[in-house]
Amino acid sequence: MQEWANQLCESRQFGSKMTDSKYFTTTKKGEIFELKAELNSDKKEKKKEAVKKVIASMTVGKDVSALFPDVVNCMQTDNLELKKLVYLYLMNYAKSQPDMAIMAVNTFVKDCEDPNPLIRALAVRTMGCIRVDKITEYLCEPLRKCLKDEDPYVRKTAAVCVAKLHDINAQLVEDQGFLDTLKDLISDSNPMVVANAVAALSEIAESHPNSNLMDLNPQTINKLLTALNECTEWGQIFILDCLANYTPRDDRESQSICERVTPRLSHANSAVVLSAVKVLMKFMEMLPKDLDYYGTLLKKLAPPLVTLLSAEPELQYVALRNINLIVQRRPEILKHEMKVFFVKYNDPIYVKLEKLDIMIRLASQANIAQVLAELKEYATEVDVDFVRKAVRAIGRCAIKVEQSAERCVSTLLDLIQTKVNYVVQEAIVVIKDIFRKYPNKYESVIATLCENLDSLDEPEARAAMIWIVGEYAERIDNADELLESFLEGFHDESTQVQLQLLTAIVKLFLKKPTETQELVQQVLSLATQDSDNPDLRDRGYIYWRLLSTDPVAAKEVVLAEKPLISEETDLIEPTLLEELICHIGTLASVYHKPPSAFVEGSRGVQHKRLPGSTGLGESLESPDTGSAAGGSDAPPAVIPSQGDLLGDLLNLDLTPPATTGPPPPPTSGMQLGAMDLLGGGLDSLLGGDLGGSSAMGAGFGAAPAASPASFSAPVSGGLDDLFDLGGGVGMPMGAYNPPKTVWLPAMKGKGLEISGTFARRAGIIQMEMTLINKAMSVMTDFAIQFNRNSFGIAPAGPLQVLTPLSPNQTIEVALPLNTVGPVMKMDPLNNLQVAVKNNIDVFYFSCQYPISVLFVEDGKMERQVFLATWKDIPNDNESQFQIKDCHLNSDAASSKLQGSNIFTIAKRTVDGQDMLYQSMKLTNSIWVLAELRVQAGNPTYTISLKCRAPEVSQCVFQTYEAVLKN
Amino acid sequence: MSASAIFVLDLKGKVLICRNYKGDVDMAEIDHFMPLLMQHEEEGLVSPVISHGSVHFLWIKHSNLYLVATTNKNSNASLVYSFLYKIVEVFTEYFKELEEESIQDNFVVVYELLDELMDFGFPQTTDSKILQEYITQEGAKLEVAKSKVPTTVTNAVSWRSEGIKYKKNEVFIDVIESINVLVNANGSVMSSDIVGSIKLKTMLSGMPELRLGLNDRVLFALTGRDKGKTVVMEDVKFHQCVRLSRFESDRTISFIPPDGESELMSYRINTHVKPLIWIESVIEKFSHSRVEIMVKAKGQFKKQSVANNVEVRVPVPSDADSPKFKTSTGNAKYVPEKNLVVWTIKSFPGGKEFLMRAHFGLPSVENDEAEGKPPITVKFEIPYFTVSGIQVRYMKIIEKSGYQALPWVRYITQSGDYQLRTNV
Repeated sequence: MQEWANQLCESRQFGSKMTDSKYFTTTKKGEIFELKAELNSDKKEKKKEAVKKVIASMTVGKDVSALFPDVVNCMQTDNLELKKLVYLYLMNYAKSQPDMAIMAVNTFVKDCEDPNPLIRALAVRTMGCIRVDKITEYLCEPLRKCLKDEDPYVRKTAAVCVAKLHDINAQLVEDQGFLDTLKDLISDSNPMVVANAVAALSEIAESHPNSNLMDLNPQTINKLLTALNECTEWGQIFILDCLANYTPRDDRESQSICERVTPRLSHANSAVVLSAVKVLMKFMEMLPKDLDYYGTLLKKLAPPLVTLLSAEPELQYVALRNINLIVQRRPEILKHEMKVFFVKYNDPIYVKLEKLDIMIRLASQANIAQVLAELKEYATEVDVDFVRKAVRAIGRCAIKVEQSAERCVSTLLDLIQTKVNYVVQEAIVVIKDIFRKYPNKYESVIATLCENLDSLDEPEARAAMIWIVGEYAERIDNADELLESFLEGFHDESTQVQLQLLTAIVKLFLKKPTETQELVQQVLSLATQDSDNPDLRDRGYIYWRLLSTDPVAAKEVVLAEKPLISEETDLIEPTLLEELICHIGTLASVYHKPPSAFVEGSRGVQHKRLPGSTGLGESLESPDTGSAAGGSDAPPAVIPSQGDLLGDLLNLDLTPPATTGPPPPPTSGMQLGAMDLLGGGLDSLLGGDLGGSSAMGAGFGAAPAASPASFSAPVSGGLDDLFDLGGGVGMPMGAYNPPKTVWLPAMKGKGLEISGTFARRAGIIQMEMTLINKAMSVMTDFAIQFNRNSFGIAPAGPLQVLTPLSPNQTIEVALPLNTVGPVMKMDPLNNLQVAVKNNIDVFYFSCQYPISVLFVEDGKMERQVFLATWKDIPNDNESQFQIKDCHLNSDAASSKLQGSNIFTIAKRTVDGQDMLYQSMKLTNSIWVLAELRVQAGNPTYTISLKCRAPEVSQCVFQTYEAVLKN
Repeated sequence: MSASAIFVLDLKGKVLICRNYKGDVDMAEIDHFMPLLMQHEEEGLVSPVISHGSVHFLWIKHSNLYLVATTNKNSNASLVYSFLYKIVEVFTEYFKELEEESIQDNFVVVYELLDELMDFGFPQTTDSKILQEYITQEGAKLEVAKSKVPTTVTNAVSWRSEGIKYKKNEVFIDVIESINVLVNANGSVMSSDIVGSIKLKTMLSGMPELRLGLNDRVLFALTGRDKGKTVVMEDVKFHQCVRLSRFESDRTISFIPPDGESELMSYRINTHVKPLIWIESVIEKFSHSRVEIMVKAKGQFKKQSVANNVEVRVPVPSDADSPKFKTSTGNAKYVPEKNLVVWTIKSFPGGKEFLMRAHFGLPSVENDEAEGKPPITVKFEIPYFTVSGIQVRYMKIIEKSGYQALPWVRYITQSGDYQLRTNV
């Protein structure tokens, strides 16, 4: 040390300060040249100084790759510090100079045999970081030795190196048998080696889901649990995360693992605690609820979760996001802990918002008074987002805890009196929901609301207010004046407001027909003639027709009793929740999105699931029966490899699923209704009381078909009525459904022939089949079951073949489907494997459904969102296709596509080329964005698709092609 | 699994130093971090996770630095944040202060540490005491010291080296309890809890086996003794040296301690505590003219005890001026940069009551920026006393050489997050 310092002082050029920052100061010209000379100096110290300078330049982002050979020459040294610096340099530049990197190989190989374990480990660690193919080959032998090294420090480093190498060249690792060596290391005597081996294996398994690497069996689990007690905090996390992927054989094994994991809840590191919580939450599923231990475990989970809230704010945030999931899955754990979620003044805003969310979830009759007092306090804070959320929370409390509704409403009224603009608007939005939940109870407040009409400038608040006025028009004396005042600026309003205004005025008209005829005509013509928004136009026409054909029916439809809104509005969908519970502590749990939604190339849809309860007959509790029923007949959640499929199907229990899905829709009525909109319907419209111009008629003709979803929710109850009206208005013309194809030829079906297709009707996916009995005997006892598939499609009810199928008889069946079944990625993505049973045998076949049946009705994205999303999705996810021989113009194409729930959001014309921007949403909430380019006179369309899950693009393209060409 | 790369940035977002661990995220992605963070800050939507395309940034801020981890996988987020805070801890122990300058002054050691702390995204050895045995700051010492990996690195006991020697074997035990209180403007206690921590300063030779006995109610119930006062600890967290499964099975706290200072355990007690220092305040704001503040502080603890260094921090509007104070004891001071009046009382005996009045002028032109309602906060320290009544009953020290060692115990109760909301 002294010597080094002296030298530095002698050379004087560095000044007196003894820190590394001096290396950053040389910026003279010809620096590289100077460094080159110094690197090749004979003096060791000078060399070292020079390398430090090189690294300093590298750190500030200067390109010093030109010095590669000179630096590599310094590699052979017994000075560890110098060696580390050279290695660091190599890691940075080897990739840009692969040929020269070979020069370093010899030293690496030599260093891997150095007597000093630190150097051996350093060499093998660094080699793995040099991602140059040519070097990789040379790495194998040293790595093999290091994996068996006598020093655990070297072995633990080598274990990680296998994962590195696998990332560069998976085949090589497999060929060399490194994976087996790695698996052997799980039994190593040193806990740190075990932990790193587990981490490396998990990493490899994650990127190769089908590799079946981590075949966890009770023996390995035991080893892991033993190592858990001895390794570092990080090692404990690797092991716990790995354990979380295991599915115990029975409740006993589950309990014994839980017992050995529980002590981790007392670890000081929050990450260890969360990973332990993940294991416990998952394995708990398998414990019978009447077991004493189950109750004990529930009690043990609360305190550590609460303590996580005293960690650093970022960790608190992760903890809160996870608690949000845990509270939804097992509300009993934290039901008494409301107070700890009270917001502190100095909490960061992201912590405040999360705490608020959890407070609402935990709100109950027992604690509502306290919660309300807190929320009122928050509503007078200054942070706008926080205040808004607090106001909304008050409304949600009212809806959730009936006994508190009155107090919530009066609190909201107090807040409205503050006249703080955004508080008033939020309050009105939530009061609308309260009206929906408790009709005819709190309408006395309407007068106060109306006083604030002028201050509303946000669409959501305006729409809410208009809804209230329309809904309670008979009690508001000047309802017509109020609505009329909105009508003046109709075209400047957002779509949301326009739609509400239209509906509200129609309601008003139905309630007070005499005074408001003019108003309703005005709004109908505004909506139908002056608007280019298809939703608005369609709704306008439907009202118009309804009013003109049958005012009584119109009343029944428009003023129908609305279904009450449910208590919890923003619960995470149960299957997703289950998946997220399996990902506690990870980014997925922070985003509340499945990993497949944000990890590129995550190999599609390898969704994790909770193990089904094998408890003593008792299944999961009521809130999630849907998913429990969907998942419980599936085998436990080991990730099935493709090879398991056959076994999977053979084991199917073909009794009809117990779930009662939505009843099959009235198919006959639908088909009847599938006529053109222009027929008799238009005449009656034109001849109606209200009258209409011919221009309007034309407008009608061009208007794309309305899809059922564009009816406001309350109307859907009266949908059947609507279809009966004169038989004119019916299903949208658009939805293209492929013709039936033969799925099971009679040859294979012992006389049973099945042909079929898929369709989406009124928001319900249907499998429409024709069954023909070509055998000599009567067929009975039909049942159907699907294998897991990419989108979790499953029968929503039993297969309804009520009468026996006699020889030569043909029967048409429509099987309604849902998408809450178990998920597994299929190839092709839209492949569906089906088993059909009858009294003769079980038959298996596979078929492919058009992905368009999964496009949901609310797949229309807001323009702004579309723009942002389009930009946000990386370009790598974009795929381009061409559709040839298509002779539609862009408008026709657009309306045709809309029939299949592909919505056009915007159209742009550049140089005679029409660009349609379109969106669609899959049942699992994956959005697909499209840009369709249509050149006049050119029969070839170009389509670009962007999606966070790019693997769906191919299927989506096929749909486009099918829809546009048919 | 966790981080692809770790970056240390200055306040402007310039990379000071970085380490690419996995190579699956473009290192240039970091350039998007600062603009996105600033954008989110402007929108009031700051979040500890920021994403840009498929890349996710997990970040923390420490003094004038940002520590950022990047990933494009479904990483274990809690592990990443724990690790980032661990980096701060290690660097701080190495460089005393972790800030921009200390990174630049020590970049060689920083690189070495980054190399040792994490490998391919997996955190490795992060115990700074152990790291200091083979990664030293003085280059010259290296050759001798570093020829061997300290066995500690991979040992089951990864926090204590062998061969430690002290002339006099002693261990100091500090039991520190912090009181967290949240009181509503109307004077009702919304929530209160005690967070206790037992800290050790170990000066013991060899590899001693320690056993700590507390008056833990669960333990007493377990063993059938229930004499005297016991305490229920809601949640206990231990240093990794404590054998967790042993505690789980028979509530014994047994461990081989790290050398020097460490936090052995922490616990939380949820019982309702009476706020030890009770504050009543009347704050009257007369727009365009003045603010009048009256604060009464009362010591709600035993007469024999004394609270030291009591600070009552009362918020005042940011545009207040010309302060005037009157106190029955202690000093009041206006801290304009924090918009606070700080009332300091050096020694505050239990049962006593003190008063402070403050008067501020307000400008006639009103500040139109809305201000929050910061609470009154209180700081204090009461020695020789724990609110919960927790006691160290014994500390057994056994080492194979058989030396006698003395444990020393100290109790302190202090304020934690101690907030009283006001009605202004």
